[in-house]
Amino acid sequence: MKRKTADVIIFLFLLVMAVIFVAPVFIIVMNSFKGRFFISDTPFKLPDETSFVGLENYVSGLAKTGFFSSFGYSLLITVLSVAVIVLGTSMTAWYIQRHRNAFTKTLYYAFIFSMIVPFQMVMFTLSTLANRLGLSNPLGIVPIYLGFGAGLSVFLFSGFIKSVPISIEEAAAIDGCSESKTFFSVVFPMLTPIAVTVAILNAMWIWNDYLLPSLVLDRMKYKTIPVAVQSLRGSYGSVDMGAMMAMLVLSILPIIIFYLTSQKQIIKGVAAGAVKG
Amino acid sequence: MTKVKNFCIFLLPTLICFFIAFILPFFMGLFLSFTDFRTVTDATFVGLKNYKEVFSGGEFLSSLWFTVKFTVVSVISVNLLAFLLALGLTRGIKGTNLFRTVFFMPNLIGGIVLGYIWQLIINGILYPYGQTLLSSANYGFLGLVVLMNWQMIGYMMVIYIAGLQSVPEDIIEAAHIDGASGWMRLKKIIFPQIMPSVTICTFLTLTNSFKLFDQNYALTDGGPSGKTKMLALDIYKTFYNKVGSEGVGQAKAVVFFIIVAVIALLQLYLTRDREA
Repeated sequence: MKRKTADVIIFLFLLVMAVIFVAPVFIIVMNSFKGRFFISDTPFKLPDETSFVGLENYVSGLAKTGFFSSFGYSLLITVLSVAVIVLGTSMTAWYIQRHRNAFTKTLYYAFIFSMIVPFQMVMFTLSTLANRLGLSNPLGIVPIYLGFGAGLSVFLFSGFIKSVPISIEEAAAIDGCSESKTFFSVVFPMLTPIAVTVAILNAMWIWNDYLLPSLVLDRMKYKTIPVAVQSLRGSYGSVDMGAMMAMLVLSILPIIIFYLTSQKQIIKGVAAGAVKG
Repeated sequence: MTKVKNFCIFLLPTLICFFIAFILPFFMGLFLSFTDFRTVTDATFVGLKNYKEVFSGGEFLSSLWFTVKFTVVSVISVNLLAFLLALGLTRGIKGTNLFRTVFFMPNLIGGIVLGYIWQLIINGILYPYGQTLLSSANYGFLGLVVLMNWQMIGYMMVIYIAGLQSVPEDIIEAAHIDGASGWMRLKKIIFPQIMPSVTICTFLTLTNSFKLFDQNYALTDGGPSGKTKMLALDIYKTFYNKVGSEGVGQAKAVVFFIIVAVIALLQLYLTRDREA
């Protein structure tokens, strides 16, 4: 009986918290249908006959930010970078684990070291270097993501590879598999669980990343979604709040859809990455 | 021959990228912090001048102080609330999965977008009082703390849930039979068992709060008059909003790196200590 009442109280507490957690998103969606002058003053009012403007904000927001091309760039950069990171760092981690010598050991510690270095440390030099090397475009930024994101991914793959029995690989070698064939047809399939974690963690980082694309990419030509949202603020402080609301909704929408379709994997991946990182 | 080939296939691509995107910029940055420069190639050596400027100007130190205050408040509030939610969600209450989904959701939204969402809400709350987010540094501080909580609680909650679920049922049951109250069970049995989760969550919130940039940039942009500027934003503004202070910006970045590295080493030391 006592436990029942406690459960009811806890349920109510969770319910209140859930409402608080959903409210901000709801408020943004609501305001995205209101005229731009009805937003800042009364953000908590539902749209009514005078303030409702239908899809006007979406139309103006899309025009102002070129949202669709931003979505395309964000998607292209995220998908390519994640693919390259999963492939590149799993191979690196495997090579390091299977060829233990002074060089690979040093390399491993260099990767670990890079994990604790904040982006600000390399911000200026990296963006200058990237511009000099002609990497200021959506394809050029992919190797930068691989290089800067390699630390955590190599670390996660290495931890997992240590638990993969080497005897399977030895059997493959005896059967005449070359090293690369062994990796791609025997080892890589076994790495799937950690590869999913690595992919999710990197996808979340790259999709939402603002600083790197804003500094590296040619701003006039290529804007990722966070860069496009930030560009709405403009330099004179006057913001079209209507367009801003619509763009916030459009930025959140793909994430929520993706989250709802594969939330189990995402939560598991993020938790696993945190515990090992 | 195959040795060289394998090295080229497996290591070289990542290695080249790692060198360009990390090793080279890192050491260039280290070197440039002792120089005066505009474009990396025109550096002239000036010794410790930049570092002296970092600590003699009040900006860096006031940003450091603001960052430390923000970090302490965030770490405590995020972990407390996340732990409470985790406790609530490990009792088999109806709707547990739905609650978990909702609480974790904000974690996936990017910092820039989060900043603008909360800017609207906080300005809306302050509007009836004739104030805005930029009227006082306290509003910006509170806003950042609320934002950080909204974003991080679900993430930490997931880690605490995993920790709580790994506490063996029979120990708790045994304590129950021995007449231990709910609070006693929490304090004497559950808490010691989930210490690893506590350490992980503390350091995750610590480093995430300390390195915060996007949220700070979008929410207040450091205003009013730089009073809510955290370290990362201060470094950014030193680089890009003040011509001629690139060297000082780089020196600030090095100091920032050293602080973050010390926190990371402390974490390594603490976690290794227990595992041994």
